[in-house]
Amino acid sequence: MGVIIAKSVNEACAVLAENPATTVLAGGTDLMVQANRGAQSLESVLDLSRIPELKKWALEGSEIVLGAGISYKDLADPQIAALVPALTQAARTVGSPQIRNAGTLGGNLATASPAGDTIPVLVAMDAVLQLKSSTENREVEITEFITGVKTNALKPGEIIQSITVPVFRGPQEFLKVGTRNAMVISVVSLALVTDYLGRKLRVGVGSVSPVPFRATAAEEFISQEFDWETNSALSEKVINKFSELVADSTKPIDDHRGTADYRKHAVGVLAKRALERVCAGERS
Amino acid sequence: MTSEIYTLTVNGNDCQVIDGHPSESLLWVLRERLELSGSKNACEEGECGSCTVLLDGEIVCSCLVLAASAVGREITTIEGLGSGKEISDVQKAFVEAGAVQCGFCTPGLLVTIDQLLNTNPDPDELVVREAISGNLCRCTGYGRILEAVRIASNNRTAQNEEEKSK
Repeated sequence: MGVIIAKSVNEACAVLAENPATTVLAGGTDLMVQANRGAQSLESVLDLSRIPELKKWALEGSEIVLGAGISYKDLADPQIAALVPALTQAARTVGSPQIRNAGTLGGNLATASPAGDTIPVLVAMDAVLQLKSSTENREVEITEFITGVKTNALKPGEIIQSITVPVFRGPQEFLKVGTRNAMVISVVSLALVTDYLGRKLRVGVGSVSPVPFRATAAEEFISQEFDWETNSALSEKVINKFSELVADSTKPIDDHRGTADYRKHAVGVLAKRALERVCAGERS
Repeated sequence: MTSEIYTLTVNGNDCQVIDGHPSESLLWVLRERLELSGSKNACEEGECGSCTVLLDGEIVCSCLVLAASAVGREITTIEGLGSGKEISDVQKAFVEAGAVQCGFCTPGLLVTIDQLLNTNPDPDELVVREAISGNLCRCTGYGRILEAVRIASNNRTAQNEEEKSK
């Protein structure tokens, strides 16, 4: 049946309902690599890249709702950056300008790579995905959505419509280790999100386990130790303990991008660095 | 819309693609079906930028664009730069700076830099370095490429000022 360019979410869902085996195409930055290698044959394709409603975003109360088709470049919008700064930071570290123009937030989630750059941020912030098929709308928490290495909870006929992220008060950081500043698949990544109202520091880590996750033991420790009144600098002992707890929570592997030992060390360094930056950051 | 026969708009011309397979990348179709071999094929995974083209005015790796999904979009390739047989100002600057050695990365860099200068005629070096971070060159090093951008940028700035003073 070839390539269908959907113009609306309803049209896309109708196409998928009729032919659930259709390959869904968003930005193409992962799918086309597979197709070019001959690893994936594309007999029938549903292109979501020209659905206007998937490219929109809105602030709804204390949450930001981001269309799944928003590109990494669009995530650099100063208004989005003001609401979810760590997500903009993460988007800015993806690939190159060429890749950021094409790749999308929904595509990053559906691909569900352990190294997906936006995922540690979204995990740290308890993002919720809105999924849609021709018969059902449902919401899934991000930790339920990503089920393993490059696997997700999408049912046949379903697409990601949007991602809802709470807007937290306080500084945020996203950090990533790689061999250069551009075109890097992360060796280790970490997001630190301050929640002044909930008096909680949230930590998401990537590339150190099959699925990005929150370092809860480290979060509990540092949320107790953090000076919520003045946001003053923490003692070296506390910072080191936090760094250790983050590193201890990870289960990295050796691969061509780095060894498990290196990753464990590097994630601790990122934790320390992010914490120092957050302490130095202005209260907002 | 299905993809058995489709039309792509390349450098302002409508080009019919017949008997295309749905898996074909835009790069492959440009080179093999439309005989536009200026865009180069190296990594086929978005790493090197030698296949960079404009899609509705934004730079993308044409190897990562599904050809049949580009129907109705404005595609600009290296062949679309300059006017007629006259090469563009960025191309001239590359010649002047000696920014070409083997030349394989050059078409992609030219498309990227032309687009950069169209949106930001006077970028500082950090902006230029980030703008070309997705285009790999393994011969000249980046010194002469950065020099070419500076020449083209200075020429455009001077030209803009001249036009303003008219």
